[in-house]
Amino acid sequence: MDIEIPYNVEERKDTGLYNSKLGIWLFLASEIMLFGALFSTYIILRTGDPFWMLHVKEAHLNIPLATLNTAVLILSSVTFVMSWVSLKLKDLSKFKFYMGITLLCSIIFLVIKYFEYTSKFDAGHYPWTHNFYAVYFTMTGLHGLHIIGGIIVNAYFWLPVGLKMWDTEPERFTNRIEVAGLYWHFVDLVWIFLFPSIYLL
Amino acid sequence: MSHDNHQESFIRKYVFSIDHKWIGIQYGVTSMIFLLFGFVLMMIMRYQLAYNTSTGLEKDIISPDMYNALGAMHGTIMVFLGVVPMVVGAFGNYLVPLQVGAPDMAFPKLNMMSYWLYFVGGVIMLASFFIPDALPAHSGWTSYVPLATLSSGPGQTFWLCGMIFLIASSLLGSTNIIVTIFQLRVPGLTWMRLPFFIWAQLVTSFLLLLAFPPLQAAAIFQLSDRLIDTGFFNPYAGGSVLLYQHLFWFLAHPEVYVLILPALGIVAEVIANNIRKPLWGYKSMVYSSIWLGFMSFIVWAHHMFLTGMGTTMSSFFMITTMIISIPSVIILSSLFLSLWGGSIRFNTPMLFALSFLPMFGIGGLTGLPLGLATADIHLHDTYYVIGHFHYVVAPGTIFAIFAGIYFWFPKITGKTMSEMLGKIHFYGSFVCMNGIFMPMFLQGLTGLSRRMANGGYDYAHAKEVLYLNEIMSISAFLLFFFQLFFIYNFFWTIFRKRYETESDTNPWKATTIEWTDTTSPPLGHGNFEVIPSVYRGAYEYSVEGREKDYYPQTEE
Repeated sequence: MDIEIPYNVEERKDTGLYNSKLGIWLFLASEIMLFGALFSTYIILRTGDPFWMLHVKEAHLNIPLATLNTAVLILSSVTFVMSWVSLKLKDLSKFKFYMGITLLCSIIFLVIKYFEYTSKFDAGHYPWTHNFYAVYFTMTGLHGLHIIGGIIVNAYFWLPVGLKMWDTEPERFTNRIEVAGLYWHFVDLVWIFLFPSIYLL
Repeated sequence: MSHDNHQESFIRKYVFSIDHKWIGIQYGVTSMIFLLFGFVLMMIMRYQLAYNTSTGLEKDIISPDMYNALGAMHGTIMVFLGVVPMVVGAFGNYLVPLQVGAPDMAFPKLNMMSYWLYFVGGVIMLASFFIPDALPAHSGWTSYVPLATLSSGPGQTFWLCGMIFLIASSLLGSTNIIVTIFQLRVPGLTWMRLPFFIWAQLVTSFLLLLAFPPLQAAAIFQLSDRLIDTGFFNPYAGGSVLLYQHLFWFLAHPEVYVLILPALGIVAEVIANNIRKPLWGYKSMVYSSIWLGFMSFIVWAHHMFLTGMGTTMSSFFMITTMIISIPSVIILSSLFLSLWGGSIRFNTPMLFALSFLPMFGIGGLTGLPLGLATADIHLHDTYYVIGHFHYVVAPGTIFAIFAGIYFWFPKITGKTMSEMLGKIHFYGSFVCMNGIFMPMFLQGLTGLSRRMANGGYDYAHAKEVLYLNEIMSISAFLLFFFQLFFIYNFFWTIFRKRYETESDTNPWKATTIEWTDTTSPPLGHGNFEVIPSVYRGAYEYSVEGREKDYYPQTEE
């Protein structure tokens, strides 16, 4: 029905990329600028406020839970790569297995995040309590939204509605997984920066 | 790559179209409506400035608060809903795939989504005029905190939500243009054979892609400051007011180059075509535009010399600002030098393109005193600043847009707009534009503040220049009158029959692919019957030993 766009599936020789791969890299570049602005804001507010550390101490951030979350997210990235490799090896059932684990991990991440948030709320810490909480909730919240976005996309590929492309255009489907994987690794990477800079420093 | 002949549904073809040409037209028409709307807001303000209670009138036509709201919305609408969607959304969408020989944008569906996000953002902005008992955003187009955080009514919240949509739209649009240029160039179209317009679009898209996200962050922060009382920008809560300005100008300075670069691209195409000789210094223009793109990310704080951010910062940004003027001057000089020895055709698009050069020159050169921290202390926030950036954008970019519309109109419709009406439009607009903006320099030099709802009648030291208010306002109303010639010309040409003399699909005898290898108007979705191959650069005019004075890129 649609017209055919060149290099939609196969790579262009001089760039070595298919279209959506370049597209996702550009999108991620823009995401880096977004999170870059958030991290800069964090640095400026923190260095400009002499009472910042008092609030961090009082916040009782749950480092063990956040460490667990880091491990869960890294595991999900590993299984994501495995799911892509399975597609390259034309093994659909393995793909479903690994992608299922990725989805499970991302949901576990959100559940743990939910417990973290509610414990903050129970202790009376809200975004408007102090700028530390404003930064904490905005940064982890925006990261959480990225996780939710990833879950929606990954679930689409895992469920029959997205999976049916495997039967008609296996190569294009594999590309889609690769592109979604690049995004997922980025979301993982953001957390790897967020975790030490908010919880440990 | 044959275009599909089957019938597409009405909605798919005209509303949620995924054809880049139709999306380009959608962008163009919508942004023209916004430009006209922003112009009307400005005329109300100009009336208020020239005729108010201080000048002896019994009653002001608008309240000072309303004046602030119109000012804020005029800026927002012109920049984010008018000019950028016009130069990137309309011209970029329509021409980039045609000039690189692609059947469509790389991601047609994202392209459609980009337009509709822009549309929703625009509707939210317009809706803010109709909030009962409240004004639209009235804290300046920059929405500085704490003024914006504390401003009354939901107008500012509408503004922030609208911006979030517009930013998302430009993200999709710019990604699409970059991928199209990188991936979909036809065989033989190497980087140095690209028309300069494509280079300008490429650099512009990178600016949009990388500069907008920090404003997204700033909008989120300001929204949460307003709605849930966080303290990002609230000094009492340990927040930072300057932080907002940094985040804002990190976008808004590259945004200035988003406004001007595609205009330079359009002007380069029109000029090269109408001087019938190659552009002088094409390569240095290309490298300069890349240099300009990089530098535009490290000059933003020259908007903030008076904020007390410190002399070290001021010195740094003053130096980078002086450096960024070099590539702009290289591009402009190349265009001027190109004229030398050409046999110039003075048609309407060329007149607009030619007048762009000195107008942008005035705009650029008057910017130098503003870029010097010392001189800026006197000139900051006066009418001088308004005169400066309007010379860049109004008789600059807007004239380039007109040049582009007159030039590519035959491509889109197959019919050429009336030359006579076009020339009346040009000469009238040219005189009126200067009548509006030239006096602003005089007023600004006396120190007249840019934000006075009564035109500055309280300013004792501005007494000598206040009579200019009326001249500027009358010029503005006359400028509107001359736009009527354009509007009439535009619709009359669309609806008239095609003349027999217009059978030629390449009326300007141009060399680039969009003229030589597609019909005018182009085929349906898919653009090309046969994928063209490119053998030479974009500006091979008057090549010796050839019968015709132009050598199409696709001719062997």
